[in-house]
This record gives sequence, structure tokens and C-alpha cells, in this order.
Amino acid sequence: MTPVISIRGLTKTYASGFQALKNVNLEIHRGEIFALLGPNGAGKTTLIGVTCGLVNPSLGTVEAAGHDVVRDFRAARTKIGLVPQEISTDAFETVWATVNFSRGMFGKPRDAAYIEKVLRDLSLWDKRNAKIMTLSGGMKRRVMIAKALSHEPEILFLDEPSAGVDVELRHDMWQMVRKLRESGVTIILTTHYIEEAEEMADRIGIINHGEIVLVEEKTALMAKLGKKQLTLNLQAPLERIPDALSDYALELSADGGALTYTFDAQGEQTGIGAMLRRLNEHGIDFKSLQSSESSLEDIFVSLVKKKS
Amino acid sequence: MNTHAIRAIYRFEMARTFRTLTQSIASPVLSTSLYFVVFGAAIGSRIGAIDGVSYGAFIIPGLVMLSLLSESISNGSFGIYMPKFTGTIYELLSAPVSYREVIFGYVGAAASKSVMLGFLILLTARVFVHYEIAHPFWMLAFLALTSVTFSLFGFIIGIWADGFEKLQIVPLMIVTPLTFLGGSFYSISMLPPLWQKIALLNPVVYLISGFRWSFYGVSDVSVTLSIGMTAAFMLACVLAIRWVFKTGYRLKT
Ligand SMILES: Nc1ncnc2c1ncn2[C@@H]1O[C@H](COP(=O)(O)OP(=O)(O)OP(=O)(O)O)[C@@H](O)[C@H]1O
Ligand SMILES: [Mg+2]
Repeated sequence: MTPVISIRGLTKTYASGFQALKNVNLEIHRGEIFALLGPNGAGKTTLIGVTCGLVNPSLGTVEAAGHDVVRDFRAARTKIGLVPQEISTDAFETVWATVNFSRGMFGKPRDAAYIEKVLRDLSLWDKRNAKIMTLSGGMKRRVMIAKALSHEPEILFLDEPSAGVDVELRHDMWQMVRKLRESGVTIILTTHYIEEAEEMADRIGIINHGEIVLVEEKTALMAKLGKKQLTLNLQAPLERIPDALSDYALELSADGGALTYTFDAQGEQTGIGAMLRRLNEHGIDFKSLQSSESSLEDIFVSLVKKKS
Repeated sequence: MNTHAIRAIYRFEMARTFRTLTQSIASPVLSTSLYFVVFGAAIGSRIGAIDGVSYGAFIIPGLVMLSLLSESISNGSFGIYMPKFTGTIYELLSAPVSYREVIFGYVGAAASKSVMLGFLILLTARVFVHYEIAHPFWMLAFLALTSVTFSLFGFIIGIWADGFEKLQIVPLMIVTPLTFLGGSFYSISMLPPLWQKIALLNPVVYLISGFRWSFYGVSDVSVTLSIGMTAAFMLACVLAIRWVFKTGYRLKT
């Protein structure tokens, strides 16, 4: 499959001498939702900036839909929609005017029916004649999304779309992003909410200090690293794990007050039932239990920690 | 070329003009009227005719130029400075447009506004003094050429400026003095010989002289030179804007 975006050897050194991207290689598949994760200052916005024409690359190339974003910028940019991280709108314009303006900027003839559809999908239709300055922050962000979609892009960049957005709107937005993907749009989003990546993405890329440290299918990533743990808080502390339980992957906490059992969440047989019965046979009683799953968050934190 | 983008920018800019109608149109008209009351009616009656033209009529081309230059620069610079300031410039930078669309859209709108303003001032002047236009075609040509050129110049200032002070400083400290000293209110030939030579270094002299010639058929410098100088300055501005959009100077990081 030919990638819809291919980034080769991309390096960005800002005027200050700071290297925000270091020899980045990345391919985005057509029609996928790609989540780019990384801590503050990792280079996510810079990467998007180079692809969309806001930042001059220092070295390397970026192709979007087969067009070099510098040499053949007209063809490349026509295919791309961008929702930047910062909300910036023309305060005195109406929603309707600003979204139509965007469509024109990207070289498309007016199409009132299409713009109406976009505004309805984003629940902005009632606000179409409102001046942007009278809208709430979340509505403004939706206006930014409407502007980015106004020219029917094939590729959509969402730079932290859920910053400052309430839970309900976030779910609406996820819904919308999925609908867009169904219609064939490729979506690249950055986020700090790991649950968002977990929920939405087909593939996940992790960037740290300007370097891509990992790119994986989400499901593969979760399976590879997805472990479950069951922790039992004991009635009476143990000195050591009884020999009879040694065939289970059990760990005793330092104070002897808790036992932790690790198992493969994906496995058919977790062995929890048998283990609990065995504990009972040996008179080990517990007050409470909790289970936890190593989430993308743990993976992310461990990857980012390892690097720095 | 992306004509939809040109239309979008042009419409957007003109809408901005009409939203701020008082500021963009009424205030220059008011200030010009004041000039006429003071220089045309009150003082002008005591000053003799220059080159056979009554003083009130003599200052009209210079006054129009005065407003045209400052308004063109301010329109041209604000059009691009505001998006830079508010951050909405991201859209211009990510859109499939180059310096051509930008010039036609932003500078076209700024110049249109200036031309409209020029007419408005001429109409206002008519209330105070009687004047005739000897070469209407050339009058229009100078009006349009000046508006476009100085809107381009303003646009460059808008890109260069990274604060409101810088936005004001060039019009205030350079253009206004050059216009006042460029013969808005007098003929260069009235100056002592040495100052006449120095005055010729002032580009605005050529504009005012050419414009006045289109009204009254008399000029301080040759008309061809006037047009040549203006056209050369315009070309320089276009090339500068092309360079800015090729390199991203002050726009991209
Ligand atoms: N114009 C600039 N000049 C100098 N350094 C810059 C500039 N813009 C960004 N940087 C630096 O480049 C690095 C990457 O910034 P970037 O905005 O790409 O990070 P990010 O991953 O988007 O972070 P966040 O999650 O906070 O949005 C940061 O260290 C930042 O300080
Ligand atoms: Mg960012």
C-alpha cells in the first residue's frame, strides 16, 4: 500500500539552534487514524507544521498524497486540512462567513449544501450567523474543525483536538472522526489523553525529544504489552509465599500484606479461579482485591522514561 | 492561480473595510476637509496663485496624495498584520496560495479602498473649491498606480512589523514627512536652488508632481520620470513580497 504521507529524514532546527525534529522517518497509511503521542515539547506540532507549510524543514522531505509539500505545495496543500493546537479565529466574522472563506482559500468553488452538512455534523448550524467572538471555547474549536473540513480534504491533521473540550463533546468528536475515516479521510491526531489514542487510533506513534521512538498497530501494541495484574490485600501478613503456591507467578509485597498475581489478559485460561481456591485451602484469607491492566499509559510512560 | 482564494481574501478584506467604515473612510474625509478650511479658504485667499492655479486648487492633488499614501500603507499593513497578530495566518500559510494570490487579494483590496477614498476626497474638495482635471485618464492612472504601490509597500511593513509601534513608525516617521516636504502645499520651484536638488531625492515629489500635472498640466519634474519612478518602486515591492512568500521570512519558523 502506498503511504498517503511519507516523511523521510526530516530534521528541523529552529533559528535558536534548537533541534525539534531529528531525522524523522514516518509513513501514514491511507485511510487510517494515526495517533501521535509524546510529552510536551516532543516535536508533534513541529512535525505537523512542516507537513502543512507553517514551518520550513531544515533537512529531509515530506510527501502528501504523492506531492512534495515544498516543491509541489499547491497540489499537496489542496489535499490537507489542519486544525492547529491553538484556537485562532477572526472574532468579528460569522461562522458561516469564515467557513466559506476557508473553502475559497483552498481553491474550491462555493458549495452551500456541503458547508451546511459540515456545520450540522459539528452541531454548529444553529450558530451559523453568530459572530465567532460570541461562541464558547469548545464551539470555537469546532469552528476550526469546520474550517479544516470545508474543502473536503483527504488528510486531516488534528493537533490536540480534545484540549479544553468537555467529555460529551469529546465523544461527539471521536464519533465524527470515525465517520470521516469511514468516508476515506486519513486522520492524524496528536493527544495527551492516552485513552483517546487507545479508543480511536489504528496505529500509534510515540515521539520524544524529536525522535520517533515507536510506531505500532494499536492492537499489536496492546497485546504485546498488555498484562493484567490481580492484587490481593491479605487479612494477615505472610512471611513468604507458601511452596504449594510456587507454580503461580505470585509476588509478595515488602510488608507481606499483599499478593500480586500477573497473568496474560489475552490468554484463554487465566488460572485465577484455581489460584483463589488454592489460597483458600492454605487458609490465606484476603480483605479486598483489585485488578489492573497495563495500559497504553504505562507503555508510554516506560518508553518515554527509558529515553530520557 | 487559485482564483477562489483571491476572491475569498478580497471579499474578506472588503467586509472588514465596511465594518470599520467610520475609521476607514470618514476620518480621512474629515481631516481633508479641515485642510481645505484652513489652507484653502482661510489662508489660501491670502496666497497668490502658483503656476497660474489658485492656491486652494493647487493643494488638491497634494492633499489627495497625502491621504492616499497614508491610507494605502495602513490598509496594506493591517490586512496582513492582524492575521499574524491573532494567529489566523496559519490558514494562509497552509493554503495552496503563493505571493500572487496574496497580492491580488490583500493588496487588491487595500488599493481598491484607497482609490475609493481618493474619489471621496476629490468630491469633498469640490465642495470647497472649483478645479478642473486636464488629463482624466492620467489622473486615474496615477491614482491607481499610487494606491497599488503604497498598498504593496504597506503590506511589506505589515509582514516586517512584529509590534504595533513598528506598524506605525514607518508611516509616521518617514512617509508623512516625505509627503509634507514633497510639495503637497507648495511647488518645488519655490524652494532655494540647493533644496530643490535635495527635494529630488524624495520619491514622493515625483508622485505629487505627476498627479498635479494630470490636473493642471504643470509639473515640477517630467511626467515620464514620475511614472517610471513609481513603476520601479512598485516592481521592487512585488519582488520583495515574492521573496517573503518563497522563504517564509517573518511568516514561517
Ligand atoms: N519557533 C520556535 N523557535 C524555537 N524553538 C521552538 C519554536 N517552536 C517550537 N520550538 C521548540 O521545539 C520543541 C518542539 O515543540 P512542539 O511545539 O513541536 O512540541 P509539541 O510536541 O507539539 O508539544 P506540546 O505537546 O506541548 O504541544 C519545543 O522544545 C519547543 O520549545
Ligand atoms: Mg503541540
